[in-house]
Amino acid sequence: MAEGRVVGIDLGTTNSLVAYMQGDAPVVIPGVDGLNLVPSVVALDPMPGDGGRPTVTVGNTARKALIETPERVIYSVKRLMGRGLEEIQSELKLFPFRLADDVEAGEVPRITLGERKFTPPEISAYILRQLKRNAERFFGAPVTQVVITVPAYFNDAQRQATKDAGRMAGLEVLRLVNEPTAAALAYGLDRAKEGTIAVYDFGGGTFDISILKLRDGIFEVQSTNGDTHLGGDDIDNLLLAIALDEIHAEHGVDLRGHPGPVQALRKAAIDAKIKLSSEPVAHFDIELPNGDRYQREISRAGFELLIEPVLERTAGPCKQALADAGITPEQIDEVVLVGGSTRIPAVRQLVDDLFHLKARGKKPHTELNPDEVVALGAAVQADILAGASKSTEELLLLDVTPLSLGIEALGGTVARIIQRNSTIPASATEHFTTGVEGQTNVAIHVVQGERELAADCRSLARFDLRGIPPMSAGLPRIEVKFLIDADGILKVTAREQRSGQAAKIEVKPTYGLTDEQVESMILDSFDHAEVDFVARLLIEARNEAETILSLVDRAPESPAWQLLTADEHAAIAAARDRLADVKVGDDPAAIRDATVALDKTTRRFAELMMDAAVTTAMSGKTMDAVSEDLGEAITAPHPMATAEFN
Amino acid sequence: MLKVLDTAVPIACWSCSIGHHDSTLFCPHCSKIQPPPGGDFFRVFGLERGFQIDLPALEQEFHRLSRKVHPDRFARAGENEREWSLADTALLNDAYRTLKEPLNRTEYLLKLEGAEIGEEHSGKDRRDPSRVPDDLLEEVFDLNMQLEEMRMARKTGDEDPDLQTSLTAAKQKFEGLLEAVDNDLRTQWRVWDAGDTAVRRSAQNTMVALLDRRRYLSNLVRDVTETLGA
Repeated sequence: MAEGRVVGIDLGTTNSLVAYMQGDAPVVIPGVDGLNLVPSVVALDPMPGDGGRPTVTVGNTARKALIETPERVIYSVKRLMGRGLEEIQSELKLFPFRLADDVEAGEVPRITLGERKFTPPEISAYILRQLKRNAERFFGAPVTQVVITVPAYFNDAQRQATKDAGRMAGLEVLRLVNEPTAAALAYGLDRAKEGTIAVYDFGGGTFDISILKLRDGIFEVQSTNGDTHLGGDDIDNLLLAIALDEIHAEHGVDLRGHPGPVQALRKAAIDAKIKLSSEPVAHFDIELPNGDRYQREISRAGFELLIEPVLERTAGPCKQALADAGITPEQIDEVVLVGGSTRIPAVRQLVDDLFHLKARGKKPHTELNPDEVVALGAAVQADILAGASKSTEELLLLDVTPLSLGIEALGGTVARIIQRNSTIPASATEHFTTGVEGQTNVAIHVVQGERELAADCRSLARFDLRGIPPMSAGLPRIEVKFLIDADGILKVTAREQRSGQAAKIEVKPTYGLTDEQVESMILDSFDHAEVDFVARLLIEARNEAETILSLVDRAPESPAWQLLTADEHAAIAAARDRLADVKVGDDPAAIRDATVALDKTTRRFAELMMDAAVTTAMSGKTMDAVSEDLGEAITAPHPMATAEFN
Repeated sequence: MLKVLDTAVPIACWSCSIGHHDSTLFCPHCSKIQPPPGGDFFRVFGLERGFQIDLPALEQEFHRLSRKVHPDRFARAGENEREWSLADTALLNDAYRTLKEPLNRTEYLLKLEGAEIGEEHSGKDRRDPSRVPDDLLEEVFDLNMQLEEMRMARKTGDEDPDLQTSLTAAKQKFEGLLEAVDNDLRTQWRVWDAGDTAVRRSAQNTMVALLDRRRYLSNLVRDVTETLGA
């Protein structure tokens, strides 16, 4: 195939993944560290790279910088995608996003990362580029076309921002797919199921519920609902707030405003949350900068009481989705659980109650890893779009728009022109005229949302119809066609019918980047030249090899090294020599394999070092010392790392 | 809305240049996707205009056509084909959404046939007191009094169980009336579908009146339900 592969990308709040169709089954493509999950963390390297420019790192390597140089790291950027300055105020309180101080109202917010400033789509573009590279490394061939998943409840601006990010990363985004729908695709592939299914997708930062009808390979979404700012992050924040308050009250230490210790505490909160999914109790036991210990037991019952308001916020959207689909809980044949937060027993209980599962002898589907299922579904959709595969040729996804589209009418009310849950692509045609003699332009305000007043809905864009031939008031008849495309993004065209002239439209998105801005933000390091591709792979593989080799060479200086057994020392030495050998060759794949092998043998060492580093950070050791310790752990899981579930 | 084009005039296929009649999503000669055809939503599904529709058959045809025209099938096609696939699918979806839902279908076909019917926009959907159906005047007056009383009682916190019972009974009565309207509408569907021009004209007028009554009743039921459920 001349056009190469299409891969599926899950651009998540906490983690991102890339997957592809291997034969007739979707599989996740691991990164160079052998791990499937790429943490959605972007860091600006404090060491200027070649040309004196700071380099950007992504994923596990970026994550380890969170304690070391928190002001040069950003995570959970998905929460900011497609949102205006005033909308993100609440996020700024809970997340260490450092807004650039020169951002004006109406502009896309920029985040300060070290000495540079980035818009949220640019940050996401770095994550996407990392995934693109992982896929290219895996295939040994360029990857330019992708499917990216978005929360079903993402609005127009959030979708556009995601597409912009793809373009900045040098990717052609063939389709945006809704995350719950993608999950349904991953599940439906080998089942050839018929019936009505509900996908309950509770991730790191977003919640979606979608109800689909499956029939003859057609996945027809009936309704969708959700909350784009509700997820595991909110649960972490509750635990974190308790710990911070108690530490302040009991030990007189206010850690707020100290990013390093707060991050370490957040890691402890996440660990506790995860532990409580399998254990009745979890403990906080943390050494504070003043030498005190903060110790606390959290029971599962107490935890469940604490998070109940958060979980309860998912019930409303579920009920609304059922009502919109015109069905009762009993009519749901299957429920699919997606997203890491669905591992919490209380969440499963809530789902059981909402859909009356136990009473009907049913259990929700959790067979596919909830962290990977969305990416797997994206790979299926990518395969459908590539149109060259037997295994997906009978499949078709018919998705809906999550929010009603309306235009502001006289008196600030909303005239709805496309109802929510309409199958997309969907269109509506409206006619406008002038109110004043000789008027040559008409302004139209487009909003998205379910409220009666335009002011209560999400402002999407203001359109200015220009070049209307001067006529008496009310005489021009301008036909405006609104079309929501298969990505859920609005397109508008207009025509003056009496004169036959195409009215010119000036689109001013309420939030979002102009085409020119996106062009200017296309990641400068994006490599257009495919001829250099193999050369680039080789350079990258060698760079990675050199990085890990230099870290391993310095490893014996670390106290953690002494904790390893003689066998472990020998294994590391062997892997190290092997990598040093192949590195001088010109086979990127061999270098890569040897890098991964060395990485694997050093994993326990990295973990030991990380433990030490966290303790150090909490006990107020100087940041220089911490960074020295941390600098050596190439794949050390960051304090934020999701723990392994079994 | 959509223009009804004169189908006697052939249109040249953009790809093979052979003329075809403008009622097809794909060129009958070279099978390439075509720009959205003219004609109404019924034509999209190859149906004659009519109020009664075989819904399972409609769904099946919707799925069959979706498989052929959906943008997913043209993700890597040329710009023309991608654009027309998008426009055709939007038309297909709009048509399906309108035809599968009985009230939307009724309003749509009445409009196609030149009937003037009430606004469907929620913003303009405010209840107009002058449109109270004559036979309901008295009861609506009573009901509105009771609703007001109920809301007041809610505010002050002293609930009147009698009022609750009376409102629940009123709700059931109006729901019954709503059902009667729906039955009358279905009867008129059959009349129209089987009738000649004169019969159709009269059926249309009856349906327009029924729709007005229906809109009024359903607003009423919604108000009572909201007040009771608050």
